[in-house]
Amino acid sequence: MSTKIYVPCDSSALSLGAESVAQAIVREAAARNFEITLVRNGSRGLYWLEPLIEVETANGRVAYGPVQSGDVAGLFDAGFLGGQQHALALGPTEEISYLKKQERLTNARVGITDPVSLDDYLAHDGYKGLKNALTMAPAAIVKEVTDSGLRGRGGAAFPTGIKWNTVLNAPAEQKYIVCNADEGDSGTFSDRMIMEGDPFVLIEGMTIAGLAVGATQGYIYLRVEYPHAHKNLNAAIAAAHQAGYLGSNICGSGKAFDVEVRLGAGAYVCGEETALLESIEGKRGMVRFKPPLPAIKGLFGQPTVINNVISLASVPIILDKGGAHYRDYGMGRSRGTLPIQLAGNIKRPGLVEKAFGITLRELLYDYGGGSASGRPIRAVQVGGPLGAFVPESQFDTPLDYEAFAANWAVLGHGGVVVFDDTVDMARMARYAMEFCAIESCGKCTPCRIGSTRGVEVMDKIIQNQDKARNIQLLRDLGDTMLAGSLCALGGMTPYPVLSALNHFPEDFGVDKTSEAA
Amino acid sequence: MSLQRDKDYGTPASPAEQSVTLEIDGFEVTVPEGTSVMRAASSIGIEIPKLCATDSLEPFGSCRLCLVQVEGARGYPASCTTPVAAGMKVKTQTDKLADIRRGVMELYISDHPLDCLTCSANGNCELQDMAGTVGLREVRYGYEGKNHLKSEKDGSNPYFSFDPSKCIVCSRCVRACEETQGTFALPIDGRGFDSVISPGQHQAFMDSECVSCGACVQACPTATLMEKSVIDKGQADHSIITTCAYCGVGCSFKAEMKGAEVVRMVPDKDGKANHGHSCVKGRFAFGYATHPDRITSPMIRKSIHEPWQKVSWDEAINYAASEFKRIQAKHGRHSVGALTSSRCTNEEAYLVQKLVRAAFGNNNVDTCARVCHSPTGYGLKQTLGESAGTQTFDSVMKSDVIVVIGANPTDGHPVFGSLMKKRIRQGAKLIVVDPREIDLVKSAHVQADYHLKLKPGTNVALVTALAHVIVTEGLVREDFVAERCEVDSYRKWKEFVALPHHSPEATEAATGVPAETLRAAARLYATAGNGAIYYGLGVTEHSQGSTTVIGIANLAMATGNVGREGVGVNPLRGQNNVQGSCDMGSFPHELPGYRHVSDALVRSEFEDAWGVTLEAEPGLRIPNMFAAALDGSFKGLYCEGEDIAQSDPDTQHVHAALQAMECVVVQDLFLNETAKFAHVFLPGASFLEKTGTFTNAERRISPVRRVMPPLAGYEDWEVTQMLSNALGYPMNYGSGPEILDEIARLVPTFHGVSFKKLDELGSVQWPCNESAPEGTPTMHIDQFVRGKGRFMLTEYVPTQERTSSRFPLILTTGRILSQYNVGAQTRRTQNNAWHAEDRLEIHPHDAEQRGIKDGDWVGIKSRQGETVLRATVSERMQPGVVYTTFHFPESGANVITTDNSDWATNCPEYKVTAVQVTPVSQTSEWQQQFQAFTEQQLSHLEKASAG
Ligand SMILES: Cc1cc2nc3c(=O)[nH]c(=O)nc-3n(C[C@H](O)[C@H](O)[C@H](O)COP(=O)(O)O)c2cc1C
Ligand code: SF4
Ligand code: SF4
Ligand code: SF4
Ligand code: SF4
Ligand code: FES
Repeated sequence: MSTKIYVPCDSSALSLGAESVAQAIVREAAARNFEITLVRNGSRGLYWLEPLIEVETANGRVAYGPVQSGDVAGLFDAGFLGGQQHALALGPTEEISYLKKQERLTNARVGITDPVSLDDYLAHDGYKGLKNALTMAPAAIVKEVTDSGLRGRGGAAFPTGIKWNTVLNAPAEQKYIVCNADEGDSGTFSDRMIMEGDPFVLIEGMTIAGLAVGATQGYIYLRVEYPHAHKNLNAAIAAAHQAGYLGSNICGSGKAFDVEVRLGAGAYVCGEETALLESIEGKRGMVRFKPPLPAIKGLFGQPTVINNVISLASVPIILDKGGAHYRDYGMGRSRGTLPIQLAGNIKRPGLVEKAFGITLRELLYDYGGGSASGRPIRAVQVGGPLGAFVPESQFDTPLDYEAFAANWAVLGHGGVVVFDDTVDMARMARYAMEFCAIESCGKCTPCRIGSTRGVEVMDKIIQNQDKARNIQLLRDLGDTMLAGSLCALGGMTPYPVLSALNHFPEDFGVDKTSEAA
Repeated sequence: MSLQRDKDYGTPASPAEQSVTLEIDGFEVTVPEGTSVMRAASSIGIEIPKLCATDSLEPFGSCRLCLVQVEGARGYPASCTTPVAAGMKVKTQTDKLADIRRGVMELYISDHPLDCLTCSANGNCELQDMAGTVGLREVRYGYEGKNHLKSEKDGSNPYFSFDPSKCIVCSRCVRACEETQGTFALPIDGRGFDSVISPGQHQAFMDSECVSCGACVQACPTATLMEKSVIDKGQADHSIITTCAYCGVGCSFKAEMKGAEVVRMVPDKDGKANHGHSCVKGRFAFGYATHPDRITSPMIRKSIHEPWQKVSWDEAINYAASEFKRIQAKHGRHSVGALTSSRCTNEEAYLVQKLVRAAFGNNNVDTCARVCHSPTGYGLKQTLGESAGTQTFDSVMKSDVIVVIGANPTDGHPVFGSLMKKRIRQGAKLIVVDPREIDLVKSAHVQADYHLKLKPGTNVALVTALAHVIVTEGLVREDFVAERCEVDSYRKWKEFVALPHHSPEATEAATGVPAETLRAAARLYATAGNGAIYYGLGVTEHSQGSTTVIGIANLAMATGNVGREGVGVNPLRGQNNVQGSCDMGSFPHELPGYRHVSDALVRSEFEDAWGVTLEAEPGLRIPNMFAAALDGSFKGLYCEGEDIAQSDPDTQHVHAALQAMECVVVQDLFLNETAKFAHVFLPGASFLEKTGTFTNAERRISPVRRVMPPLAGYEDWEVTQMLSNALGYPMNYGSGPEILDEIARLVPTFHGVSFKKLDELGSVQWPCNESAPEGTPTMHIDQFVRGKGRFMLTEYVPTQERTSSRFPLILTTGRILSQYNVGAQTRRTQNNAWHAEDRLEIHPHDAEQRGIKDGDWVGIKSRQGETVLRATVSERMQPGVVYTTFHFPESGANVITTDNSDWATNCPEYKVTAVQVTPVSQTSEWQQQFQAFTEQQLSHLEKASAG
């Protein structure tokens, strides 16, 4: 009997040697005359254990990791095909506590299935949401999503159902669904994991969105550095087409929907929804003013739903199990789960999908295991390069959009980047300004000129020139950018800059007591 | 007189009919739905600070100076991009807003030279104004940081300079180039702080796609894009609204003046033909008015082989009058005549024809419209009942399908071309009928749905084939035809066009247009909604010019495309006042208002007014005058503002005719080609030096206002008046407007026109009278001017001008953007930087066959004559067809054109000449003679100056 072995083809595992591990396994199995079936699954999201391989045993899947090709012969020797002990053995995968305590709704299949196998997808509850949606009126689909409490996972946390409703009610001959897969935030990877590990769920989510608002064409605007995701998405689109899940007659319903992948322009700002639309239209990635909202006048001037990958990939389970099911997770106005991405100076980096309400401290220590360096964690940046720095004193804040906002912080796309006590927060503030200066689209004045001046002012502060005056100037500039910028790139850069200054004034050479934000 | 600064509402007006009431700073205001908060505020005098917004462009939202606070809304929305909403409560001034604005301004100025006092924009700079408005007092960033102050200036364009060190990257120029002009020459390059305006791919302006329309300069709020004339002379002290004297678009301009000197010409935002847009000619090429070549003293001579003699006005006028009297005494009343000008004002054209009819006592008056749009006058009068286009220019914004036949609007009528392109970018369909791949066929964001690339001279076959498809495929709007047209003529026409030999399949061999393409185009025109036809000299300047015009009118009637906005039959008139000169009775058979001289009732009206007896017989047309001159019966010509020696076909024939005359009086700005054959030279006045009116291609009568005194002392009508008085017919007008009053009394379609009305309304479109006191934008609304529309048969008769083994190619002619017709004006400006010579365009295949490379000298020989030009090898041509412009006299384009002409109106067949093209090494014999003759005449002129 053939044994199933799972070796991830997720790019994080590949970058750690998963490909040669897979080859070594095939070689060893042939040499030893073992019959195996090699499945290239997605990643389980336990990055410190990658390449994490699994063997299907009578007692379920058993994990080993991190495995290098040199370990393979030893694994065979140890009888890993039977789930036997080995120095790299991790026990039954589902029992690994990092995974066990998670609440994987959106990522339910990631790491478990063969990403490009439609059969596998169907066998794991795939396309159940679409089947339900096909029996529902568009407004009912929208209502289900509204009831779920799902808010945009791309950063702005806008209620997805309300956005869809606007598009549903905008009269037009052509509407579009655009998936924002530009995932530009440093330290984030949840979009990539879905697209590499379970592309069908995204395609299903987009198809449901199309049915809900009356759009027949979808575009996935994919970050250009994601070649594996590109490959898997295209394979999944082709398979879905083949099986009638996409095309002019979805599951025989007479409804049409198609999806096409468009590669991004490689600029951070192209992740901003209106710049993204410009980019798909073949123009420079320049931010448009709003209103009109993309929901009214979006791609090619037509009503357009634009949602993040995670937002759309959360839709199938909502339509499968009902809005109420999803809504049961979470706290306050933050409903459902958030795939949190632990990165930076952390012992156990990876993906943690949890209901809202978990605290940063639980994430950093119970999951992350503290800093990788072993030194005390001093600050974390939550929500990507435009997110605020959160000091240790706020680590007990629950993950909740409103609770974070009350601390002048954001959750954004759920990226958490960890710094230990060697970090120089003035440098981090300068870096944030520089990031804005590099990535600015250049349309609006506060960001175009302000970010460059911000770097210069930070330099003066770091060089101890005219400190009080320059600190004041930095604050004033922050206010101008915050209130005046056209989009959140310029508008949120003050978050990391001023949070660093407010929480860590000593790094700026100013007295803690003299600084009230 | 003061310098008028236009009020800028920040964003364009909303066309919505629904209105919305809101509150701004505690004041209630009601505006159309869709209006921006900024514009709403401005409409009640609250001017919100702004830099990137201007009401000629769509809002952009980049400068962030215009932020406001809205009760109940988060953040600080930009007032330029935020539409009003009912019940909205807006605050435009709060401490927080003041902080933001000062903060933004501080950033701007941290990357701006502190040059105000020596800056060309000083006193007229929005950046400077805004710094004052927001109360910027300090730039705390200092000036050592990263900046653009060392950016290099680009002075490559002759008329404006680009100084990137002063650029605030507001993108107004970029948007003007896209939205207003439609050229897309000015992108932004780089990102973030490194964003810069960069013509083309890092090119200099002159090397880029830029057509120097000036829209970007107009839009720039700083000194970055600035007229060189302002850099040289400083800001103007007063301004006067007048009308451009170049093409038939008739743009309205503000002449910005310092004393009697024009500092710059600024397109007038309120101009109804141009809405603040312009082209390189009207905007910049006015320098000819003060060019040293201007002749400002009257001159006479007995023979054209003698030097000129400068004389007093009296002497010159008396000499001319005595010569005309002598000739008439000796050779009869009909031995003299005159030509009115399509460059001069209506009043001046009117006066010249009046002089002919009243003082000469004959009808020998004609005008250059003879050689361009006379078939339009005939064809449209016969079918629709009025010799003019049916629409306003703005009408095109309501068209769904636009047909362009034998016209090249982006070069010939650039401002209208831009409007048309805007509509096409909005989604209107486009059909181009032209032997050449004109720019409209494919340019930035514009592409023709069908290009019917026909062989020159086959217009009638093509237009009739279009009709064939419309009739035989049942696409006629029968209800419209039944209600509005003559049933009888329609029935005959229907049978006629349905004949098999008019089918696209049958005409394909002649026209070269594939039948399927033609069918598809016909269907599109007939069924796509509002269909509008625009045509130009490519239609009229043929032996069957009038027939094609008729065929076009037939198409419009059959498809119901007349009598509302978005449709119509629209001649694109060549010269500024060609419509006007025709309206004013410049043709030998028509009194002002297109009324035939044989009509006794009409005659008696004029006879009463003028106190003379008028001839009932039409006089001589231009070609007849030449023929009569050569047979000795026509001896004297008064030629005002026209250069027949260059512009009329068969140059050698024209020159011979002129030489055969005894008294040629030329009234012009320069010693033009005709003046080289003249005996009396009367200095003319440019449009800047006189007051009157021009009528453009949409029948719009616009005021021309004197901004400087005439260089030679008199406006042109004053000279005509003096000549008339000397001839013994008294004229006593005190001003141009007084002449207009007389025209208004005598011409029914002008009854309501007066200069006072033009002062009030800006301009009016005739008919303007009791039943239409504010003019008539769209004609033929409820019924055709002639009552029922009349269909006429259009049998295709191939031109006699055929290719043969000796003359295997067809030459066709046209013009380009930067030069204007005979070029007398534009050649005396820096527009030569774009086009310094006429060239022969030839298809690579034809060139290769003849061993011709790009830039080679080639001889072009027709049955008529030969000339030499340099070749441009171009895919825009079709094999077998060559093309040239005709802006330079030495090119001798008309040495080769033939004396074939339109059967109805004698309009010359400029567009079809059979030629052979061969590589040569020297200029043609005609050109050598021309050069010798020119040198001789210039020395005659020089002697006058010396004497
Ligand atoms: C500078 C900038 C970069 C952004 N990048 C991304 C991105 O990479 N992916 C994303 O989903 N949203 C990004 N966003 C947010 C989008 O503008 C938008 O809010 C989101 O795509 C909406 O989808 P959602 O409602 O599903 O979150 C970015 C926003 C800004 C201002
Ligand atoms: S904030 Fe920055 S990125 Fe956003 S529109 Fe302004 S310049 Fe562009
Ligand atoms: S462009 Fe305006 S603000 Fe700049 S130097 Fe000139 S006048 Fe001053
Ligand atoms: S002058 Fe006209 S064509 Fe040239 S860049 Fe400016 S707007 Fe564009
Ligand atoms: S050149 Fe003038 S209009 Fe263009 S971006 Fe610069 S300042 Fe604005
Ligand atoms: S004027 Fe509104 S943003 Fe510039």
